[in-house]
Amino acid sequence: MEVFALLVDGFVITFEPLNLALVIAGVVVGLFIGAMPGLGSVNGVAILLPMTFLVPPTSAIIFLAAIYYGAMYGGAISSIMLGIPGASTAVATTFDGRPLALKGLADKALVAAATASFVGGTISIVLFTLFALPLAGVALAFGPPETFALMMLAFATFIGLAGDDIPKTLFSIFIGLVFSAVGLDIISGEPRLIFGDITGFYHGINFLVLAIGIYGIGEMLWTIETSQGDVMMSKATVTFQRVFDNLRELRASAKTMIMGSFLGYFVGILPAAGATPGSLMAYGVAKTMAKDPDSFGKGNVDGVVAPEAANNAASTGSMLPMLTLGIPGSPTTAVLLGGMVIWGLEPGPLVFVDHPNFVWGLIASLYVANLFALFINIGFVPVFIWVLKLPFTILAPIIFVLCVIGGYVPTQDMHDVWLMLIFGVAGYLMRKLDYPMAPAVLAIVLGPLAEPALRQSLIGSHGDVMIFFERPISGTIMAVAIILFALPLIKFLNNLRKR
Amino acid sequence: MRIAEFVMALVLAVFSLYLMWKSAELPIGWLPGEGPGGGAFPFWLSLGMLLCCIAIIIRWIARASPPSRSRESFMTLETVKRFALVAGSLTVMIALIHVIGVYGAVPLFLIFYVRFLGRHSWKTTCALAFCTPVAAFFFFEIALKKTLPKGFTEPLFYPLYDIFL
Amino acid sequence: MNRYLLSVLSISVAAGFGLAVSVPMVSNHAMAQGWQPKKPVELVIMAGKGGGADRLARFIQGIIEKHKFASKPFVPINKGGGSGAEALRYLKDRAGDPHIIMATLNSYYTTPLRNPGLGVDVSKFTPIARMAEDTFQLWVHSDTNIKTVDDYVKAVKSAGAVNWKMGGTGKGQEDSLVTRMLEKKFGIKVTYVPYKGGGTVAKELIGKHINSTVNNPSEQAGFWEAGKSRPLASFTPKGKLSGRFGKIPTFEELGYGSDMVYYMQRSIIAPAGIDREVQAFYVGVFDKVYKSAEWQGYIKKKGLIPGWLTGQALTDYFIAEREAHRGLLKAAGEIK
Repeated sequence: MEVFALLVDGFVITFEPLNLALVIAGVVVGLFIGAMPGLGSVNGVAILLPMTFLVPPTSAIIFLAAIYYGAMYGGAISSIMLGIPGASTAVATTFDGRPLALKGLADKALVAAATASFVGGTISIVLFTLFALPLAGVALAFGPPETFALMMLAFATFIGLAGDDIPKTLFSIFIGLVFSAVGLDIISGEPRLIFGDITGFYHGINFLVLAIGIYGIGEMLWTIETSQGDVMMSKATVTFQRVFDNLRELRASAKTMIMGSFLGYFVGILPAAGATPGSLMAYGVAKTMAKDPDSFGKGNVDGVVAPEAANNAASTGSMLPMLTLGIPGSPTTAVLLGGMVIWGLEPGPLVFVDHPNFVWGLIASLYVANLFALFINIGFVPVFIWVLKLPFTILAPIIFVLCVIGGYVPTQDMHDVWLMLIFGVAGYLMRKLDYPMAPAVLAIVLGPLAEPALRQSLIGSHGDVMIFFERPISGTIMAVAIILFALPLIKFLNNLRKR
Repeated sequence: MRIAEFVMALVLAVFSLYLMWKSAELPIGWLPGEGPGGGAFPFWLSLGMLLCCIAIIIRWIARASPPSRSRESFMTLETVKRFALVAGSLTVMIALIHVIGVYGAVPLFLIFYVRFLGRHSWKTTCALAFCTPVAAFFFFEIALKKTLPKGFTEPLFYPLYDIFL
Repeated sequence: MNRYLLSVLSISVAAGFGLAVSVPMVSNHAMAQGWQPKKPVELVIMAGKGGGADRLARFIQGIIEKHKFASKPFVPINKGGGSGAEALRYLKDRAGDPHIIMATLNSYYTTPLRNPGLGVDVSKFTPIARMAEDTFQLWVHSDTNIKTVDDYVKAVKSAGAVNWKMGGTGKGQEDSLVTRMLEKKFGIKVTYVPYKGGGTVAKELIGKHINSTVNNPSEQAGFWEAGKSRPLASFTPKGKLSGRFGKIPTFEELGYGSDMVYYMQRSIIAPAGIDREVQAFYVGVFDKVYKSAEWQGYIKKKGLIPGWLTGQALTDYFIAEREAHRGLLKAAGEIK
């Protein structure tokens, strides 16, 4: 087996002292960066990119990949503990992670997230090791119609997230999509929806601004109101015994983890899709598969496990088009790709042939990074729980400060901080009236993927809508999406008849 | 709550109309051989928002949604007070960042919140007000090389940059 | 309660400090003649993360960092909104600020031309350095029988505009202008499909979702090497490119006239109204970058044309290019 010989070579490279040290350092740095609201893996990788000039390229990519991994694990931490997704990939984790934390089960959610991330990461690396090159073909087969069909599928899983009030859920989806259109219309190259001619709107409404506004500021305002004074975020006392118990209980979620991993991986390898749709779809599927779908959103461990397994699997998956095609599947891999170019490596079909040490060193380091991330993460769980035991009147102002800085840093524009404040206050008021906010946050991520894909397809077909149904891959995905869309409608009509 | 539900729906409906008008700056129709124009996507979705608002109002009239049946007040005086204090101090902090920068506004905000809203001891308050900006400086500016706004306090940081960068 | 608080605080301070110290520090005070930056320099990028312009700017930043060409770090900030409109306005508002520079591409001219409301006059900015000119080639998939420009024209004509899809970046941007040049020259019509970035365009060609592209060499190089794509002709004057890209015939060599030439400039500029000393400092830094082995190697490998320009010569170049683009945009019907 040639693959295994190459992989063994890769492990030899990874276990060189420098590389091993970089893996551990990268995971720790990534964990911290990922756990900050507003800083995701893309920031971590972009910021630390120049530092990698000091080491050989293989060590450099190992370091960056470890940061990437650490940040993917870390993203779950702020989602669960604070209810603020640090990156779009971790939005789905808040749905059940946050309720678990509010029930005093933050440790359970954190352990579940770390374990699921590990399983997702490991399964996807095995898939990566065995089928890297054939899967590159799948990525190539995805043109605009397929991408659009995939987005429809992701939207179909929204239906599963719908609250009881359908007009309000739809409103939330629509407003998220409209906000995602702010900035530039890439097809015509015209500026669009520049409110009040304010320059800050040219870069559009960043997902993070909306997410931190709604989940950070809005959620804090909500907690302050409902708690009526000084509360603790978590009552749990954490012992290592509890951590082990939590781990044991997770066996029940094994199926969900595996489902999430495979789904996440395959969505991840598609260029442009990335980990967010993957984690969302995994959440939707887990809910549909579950015996008690109603417990989702109220603190079901499977609701943490599915998106976390999927987003880690997807982040590994998105390395595949980067390495084999030179096409980034996510913003983070786009920056990694930039790094490869800087180091003088030509990403593309030949990278496996020309630079086997680089590729296999990277793959082997992913196995190792995953293992370390798991241990470090679980080891830190008691620390995170300590943080949650701080009095709320101390935790809240610190979170507010982190939100403000987190809103500023990605674009370095105070405009976004103000916008975040407005979203926070509006989100809080709307939330009081039962407007669900999660669909808006996810719509703002998926909108910029869906709209251009729709219009590119239609330009290609000269306005013929059949393009989405005639092509085998997009036709199949579309059919599944339509069935998913129709399901709640059928249920609704059924209920109506019964009445 | 009942009044708030109606007012919110109305405000959002007006906002949807504004978005529709704003989207119409670009073509909103179907361009022959090209598909939807640049404004179509936001325009029709804003129309969707408007329809949702109308549905919400219809449900409000029919008393179909929980908030439209609720007799509780949307915000009690106590809530309004707390909301105004927290959101207000946050707004003041963000405004102050423009003038005295993050390293001036953040400690002030923390002192206000921890000491006057949280009623913690001065020791705790000062420790927080000192440590948070210091940690932020090292984490963001030195380790991650992301400069935070400093307003007129900027020159005070030049020596720090000389030492740490 | 306070025990927890203290431990949390000390952990966070220690983590911040630990990270700060673990970061290798650039503290080279040896070259303290003339003006020196007092704080990190903002390197504004007129495009989003991951695109060609972004990669190039980060590459340059890396060279500066590696060789410690400056005493303070250069920190890249992406302001790609509105095809660079946001970045241009940002720089205009920061007139006189010595701690900000910008990496530009051709949207430096096209964006102000298309949005006169921005009130940006690019000839007012302080020129620093032109680092290189990026080139364009006409690419098709290697599975096709199209081997020459003649074959290409024939294929487009027989397929008809409806069936021949040309991929490129947004309308009014470089790729669409080059496509327009092709259409005019050969009397052909294509369906132009805009994508977000050149990398995606390249991949779409390999996945056969489009029929041809006018990619930069760096975007197609990997696929070309792997035998997946084929360049037909280069939009450069004769003999400007070297290495394997030099072997691609130019439109001029093929006898289609010398007007089939288009470049993407890669320059660095600073806001208006900065001191001469500051300008001299940045010119010095980029001169070192330009002469570095890394930069020269990159230019060669990625099919860029070297072309150092600075001072008034660079401003003159910008003005000439802006006028050229005015003509191109008018011809493409993008402006009146």
